[in-house]
Amino acid sequence: MSSPARGSRGFGAGGEPAAIHVLAVDDSSVDRAVIAGLLRSSKYRVTAVDSGKKALELLGMQEPNVNMIITDYWMPEMTGYELLKRVKESSKLREIPVVIMSSENVPNRINRCLEEGAEDFLLKPVRPSDVSRLSSWIR
Amino acid sequence: MTPTEELNSLMNWMFSEGLLDQQFQQLQMLQDASNPDFVSEVITLFCKDSEIILAELTKLLRDQPVVDFQKVDAYVHQLKGSSSSVGANNVKLACIHFRQFYEENNKEGCFSSLNAMEREYFRLKDKLGTMLQLEQRIQAYESSKHN
Repeated sequence: MSSPARGSRGFGAGGEPAAIHVLAVDDSSVDRAVIAGLLRSSKYRVTAVDSGKKALELLGMQEPNVNMIITDYWMPEMTGYELLKRVKESSKLREIPVVIMSSENVPNRINRCLEEGAEDFLLKPVRPSDVSRLSSWIR
Repeated sequence: MTPTEELNSLMNWMFSEGLLDQQFQQLQMLQDASNPDFVSEVITLFCKDSEIILAELTKLLRDQPVVDFQKVDAYVHQLKGSSSSVGANNVKLACIHFRQFYEENNKEGCFSSLNAMEREYFRLKDKLGTMLQLEQRIQAYESSKHN
């Protein structure tokens, strides 16, 4: 049985496979719209929030049913790295794959995130080819 | 020229002048029947965001006796990010040049690249406006044909 936080890949009302639910976190409204557009065109269901705090609120709900988190690294108040740590420290959330996005190619940053349990690190601007990589991380 | 020919000519020009790059084409490819207004929505958000940033930059540069370049750099970093995400190539380049001048402590370079940022943004906004108008005319014509 899958944990309630990690969405189970069940079936929708019409018997078709339920869409994979991705939680996108980015403080930039432009980047949120772009990542949501990219994900939706690959048939993911998307919830987009503008902060780590809001992401944790959503994940703290009874049945968030989130299959993957994709978060920007550099955000005010809580960075994507800090969000990643909180997710991986939580017994309820730690199985959810987390992908980090950043506009800067900083090897230390990338390594730190991967060591903390991020599945992948995408350089912005995110492209359709990056999104097609995500399916390998969905469990 | 038909509106379609005008639009194609405008788009070719925008790409060749560097106003737009491949990232914009990626966004255009995401627009479809299930997401018919995607490009105009992203453009609207980009313009709103950019004008807020440019207004803050103006305040930091003109209203303060001493310029806080660290704050300026933070705003430019934001603008660089969003312009890169939408494919606003020349705006992005002006941001990159600013950051290079900032790291070299070259104040004159910083000011000139900030001017370039503003200039390129408004140039792009103007052409995107024309692009959206042409698209609407083409769409209206296509709908009238089917009625």
